[in-house]
Amino acid sequence: MIAIGARGRDPRERRPWTFYALAVLMGTFLLFLYGPMFVIYLLSFQGPNGGVTFPMVGFSTVWFEDIVKPGQMANIPVSFGRSILLASIVSLITVLVSVAAGLGFRRRFRGSGILFYLAVASLVMPSLLVGFGIGLGFQLFGWQPDLLSSALAAQLTWTLPFGLFAMFAVFNRFNRSYEEAATDLGANAWQRLRWVTLPILLPGILGVAMGAFTLSYDEYARTTLVAGNRNTLPLEIYALISSSTSPTLFAIGTLTTTVSFVVIGITLALVLRMQRRRALARTG
Amino acid sequence: MEAVEQAPALAAPARPRRSLRLTPEAVSWLQVGPLAFILIVFFALPTLLFLVVSFFDYDRVGIYPAFMLDNYREVLTTPATLRVYLSSLKFAFIVWGVTLLLGFSIAHFLVFHVRSGAVRTILFLLCAIPFWTSGIIRTIAWIPFLGRNGAFNQGLMELHLIDRPLDFLLFSPFAVCVTYVHLFTLLMIGPIANSMAKIDPALLEAARDAGASRWRTMVDVVIPLSKTGIALGSILVFTQVMGDFFVVKQMSGGQSASIVSALATEIQAMQYPPAAASAMLLVLFVAIMVAGMMRVVDVRQELVR
Repeated sequence: MIAIGARGRDPRERRPWTFYALAVLMGTFLLFLYGPMFVIYLLSFQGPNGGVTFPMVGFSTVWFEDIVKPGQMANIPVSFGRSILLASIVSLITVLVSVAAGLGFRRRFRGSGILFYLAVASLVMPSLLVGFGIGLGFQLFGWQPDLLSSALAAQLTWTLPFGLFAMFAVFNRFNRSYEEAATDLGANAWQRLRWVTLPILLPGILGVAMGAFTLSYDEYARTTLVAGNRNTLPLEIYALISSSTSPTLFAIGTLTTTVSFVVIGITLALVLRMQRRRALARTG
Repeated sequence: MEAVEQAPALAAPARPRRSLRLTPEAVSWLQVGPLAFILIVFFALPTLLFLVVSFFDYDRVGIYPAFMLDNYREVLTTPATLRVYLSSLKFAFIVWGVTLLLGFSIAHFLVFHVRSGAVRTILFLLCAIPFWTSGIIRTIAWIPFLGRNGAFNQGLMELHLIDRPLDFLLFSPFAVCVTYVHLFTLLMIGPIANSMAKIDPALLEAARDAGASRWRTMVDVVIPLSKTGIALGSILVFTQVMGDFFVVKQMSGGQSASIVSALATEIQAMQYPPAAASAMLLVLFVAIMVAGMMRVVDVRQELVR
């Protein structure tokens, strides 16, 4: 997340017309961003006789019940579990690896430039091609692609650069005099990291964990060629799009979005709590 | 760069009781080791692998090690290649232009116009949250909205702005552009807002005191100082559009193909060598465009300091 510093400005200063123009633009953009999504949330509660467009014919939860009933949607709950599992693992690895790498990048070391551009390349590489390359590699060695091997690897090539760049932003705002103070007070490297650096960075680290989780949970293009026999939720949803024309699809969309929102909400709540505690500690 | 130059001083305090002392550089290597390992094994090597495979021979049964340029010749001489590249480039430029204007304006609003820090954070989060939800769901969300009987058409009809539903809204290049803008504008807002937030407000005041109009301040101060963010955002949006294969497939109604969806068809047909050749072509193309944009700004300087 990007912290935008507060700008000292006289609050009585008259606002220029551009403020109003841009405020309208901002409002329109938010409507544009959320409007279509609210349409599908609403349509997922379509009555049993309704279709995939308006008008709403009554109001029901049959389309949600459809998901858990045995039948066409049988794979959805299973793949949901797999996606959560994979996303948790991806999130954990991303945090460990990118925090360590973020620490490492604070010094200039031989090869830092190459590694940096490797991360940039991994981020901008067309997603499907990453899966293609890993799939070819697995084929070469005669390995079977699987959720927790090839798919995990493909997703890490996307979440790790993201995590690394997020850590750069976190370290940019990190005041090193805290570390110097810890060293002056006799802390060794490990104590300094455990009791000073990591606690200060914790909100940023939580942000990386959340970002990696949601990026993995929603990932499609990198995973599709290398998931093996066990599909993730986005792959199942994608398969449904071409075959299903009932509001069930929207119900699934509403549910997965809810999961994402819950993850985002928990993270924000944790970060806010931490910040409030710190503010309290500071003011005594 | 001060942080980097300070580093040796930090690692320096010697602790004589420790027998094993690593140089600061060795510590860094250990810290970035896992990242380097994963990126090399699962990104660099697979990329090299399809570079190698792109020279291989193949038939309906399998692929055979060889060094031939036929796959490239085939890719480069098929009229379909040029067509999908032109079509993807067209989308990329339209979407780039729209997201740049939109992203720049919104970033400007957030950084320079919103006075309360809390409001600014909330507005930024509102822009960012959809980015953390499924792209597939956000794409199909436009279908009931833009369709013939969709919410947008019905709204316009109720307002008596149109007599019959507009047909061009869904399953058209228009729908593709709308979806891209919906998905990727945040990639512009983020980096540009980040650059703008680093601009010293005193500079803007100085420009104003020196008699510059708001427009001159914008052109001579704000835009030059946000160019890193602009370049970063452009790279992200451009590469996302060039690498997309879901949106075009789903929203164009079969009217256009994307580079990657054409490639996916070849992969599914197990024609790996020609697929690898088109993949290399795309990688090269994207790399050249990105390198071009990176020449404008030192992205590394901006990110690591």
